[in-house]
Amino acid sequence: MIDAILAPWPWYTSGAVIAGIMILLLFFGKSFGFSANLRTMCSMAGVGNKVSFFKFDWKKQTWNLLFLVGAVIGGFIANNYLSDGSTVAISENTIRDLNAIGISAPTEVQPTEIFSWEFAKTPKGILFLVLGGFLVGFGARYAGGCTSGHAISGISDLQIPSIIAVVGFFIGGLLMTFVFLPILL
Amino acid sequence: MKLLKFILAGIVFGIVMTKSEAISWFRIQEMFRFQSFHMYGIIITAIVIGAIAVQLIKRFKIRDINGNPIIFNPKDMSIPRYLIGGTIFGLGWAMTGACPGPMFVNFGYGYGMMLLIILGALFGTFMYGVLRTKLPH
Repeated sequence: MIDAILAPWPWYTSGAVIAGIMILLLFFGKSFGFSANLRTMCSMAGVGNKVSFFKFDWKKQTWNLLFLVGAVIGGFIANNYLSDGSTVAISENTIRDLNAIGISAPTEVQPTEIFSWEFAKTPKGILFLVLGGFLVGFGARYAGGCTSGHAISGISDLQIPSIIAVVGFFIGGLLMTFVFLPILL
Repeated sequence: MKLLKFILAGIVFGIVMTKSEAISWFRIQEMFRFQSFHMYGIIITAIVIGAIAVQLIKRFKIRDINGNPIIFNPKDMSIPRYLIGGTIFGLGWAMTGACPGPMFVNFGYGYGMMLLIILGALFGTFMYGVLRTKLPH
């Protein structure tokens, strides 16, 4: 039992737990959507006076900010207390293809070529990470939700807009993976 | 407990995202290259269980813990909004390997440079707010 918790979790356990969180939030009278927090944080910074999109009662989103705080704590706990140190077991094909664009096989959760201060301190690294984040933030709000709001909550409710959004996620993801990443890295 | 339960739910979320490796750039690349079922398995399992739960809640008009009806607000129909917005999101998702939740889970995990991605995401959200009325919706 303990070994099974410390090892990476299989997809079916993970999917079930994620669905459980979505259902739990529904019973709490809330709706699962993580990227709304980014809008809330902009509003808290006081930009609502200049841009009306951020003028709303952000205190009603306190529950979601607490969920975010929990997510940070959860990442810490999982790494420090619930890990057996196994590396990410991605497929051989992925390892080979990533090698071809300068990313070596996993030794930890993230590729050291991107997620190390050596890269993150260079102008190229800063630009890469900030631009990537910018696209996620801009796109999530434009599409009215991210993976949790559209792919999980929206499609569970069989919403057509969410299906269109997920098609978009894949158009963008495939373009980045096969066209832009080989140039950017 | 009124607010603590949201922190606890978030902790479970952070743990499951880490233990499922869904916070890993490698796993997102593997997904977009269609080289493993792992990420698809996670998402499909969550959707199937989620869809059954939503149908049951609707059919039996189940109420939340405060006794209020659980309401599902249909999203406004549009194609350009979801397609263009979704595509921009997908570009960033494949680039950073992190959607909004995992950015913060990764930060808690110990990847401090995630703050650069989070800062970018906040700036992107802000710029959407600025440009919103000029964009096709």
